[in-house]
Amino acid sequence: MSVFLLNLLLAIAWAALTGQFTLPGLALGFAVGFGALWVIQPLFGTTGNYFAKVYRWVKLLVLFHYELIVSSISVAWDVLTPRHRARPGIICVPLKARGEAEVLLVTNLISLTPGTLSLDVTEDCNTLVVHAMFADDPAKIAAQIENGMERWVREALE
Amino acid sequence: MILELFMTACVLLGGFFAFVAGLGVLRLPDVLIRMHATTKAGTLASGLIMLAVAAGFGDAPTVARAVAIVIFLLITAPVGAHMIGRAAFRSGVALWPPTKIDPEARMKLGVRDD
Repeated sequence: MSVFLLNLLLAIAWAALTGQFTLPGLALGFAVGFGALWVIQPLFGTTGNYFAKVYRWVKLLVLFHYELIVSSISVAWDVLTPRHRARPGIICVPLKARGEAEVLLVTNLISLTPGTLSLDVTEDCNTLVVHAMFADDPAKIAAQIENGMERWVREALE
Repeated sequence: MILELFMTACVLLGGFFAFVAGLGVLRLPDVLIRMHATTKAGTLASGLIMLAVAAGFGDAPTVARAVAIVIFLLITAPVGAHMIGRAAFRSGVALWPPTKIDPEARMKLGVRDD
């Protein structure tokens, strides 16, 4: 975490030195600082984890936006064409996420990605009940959630 | 010029998806499928419009507010849909006939069948 603070400090320093204390200035400073820290990575010893973590967060954000756009287009198609193609179903998905924040993030992202809407979580947080728009093969959807969103979230938060 | 084209495209697409979300609530067959339309298309619509606003004004306070609005929407829209869907499922609202319900779902949640 101290590497992250260092990176923030570098971003502020960059913004102050270039005289551009604006959001783009800070963002650019953060990117430059990240690059600099990445180059001197061997000097930190054990904190190399930070770079993998940033990569995973970026991956989560990019994939999430991609999925949101794809899902919106498929919903738009279903709304605008006369026939309903949906073959909906309610499925149970085993949930590996632990902790309130992780469960919240996973369920929110599931609701925003194609074809699935999280309905409910059991008391013990072990099972997630999902409403799927195309539930021909429940096992396949469960596997998609487990290997997709849920894994990305756990990688980013661990 | 390019900025204006970008903003126009974002606002038009945002309006289109907002329209689709509203139309979806009107014409999709049951409450759970309607929630699909409002969460996904609605969030994307507001996100696109906020992107156009942020790109158009370009100053720090506006961009910060646009980012905050999008983050709050990303957190609250799925939670709202989740609560509505959960209430509908638990109180046994009639679903669209083709819906296949996993028999384990009701049992695990402790919801009675009716």
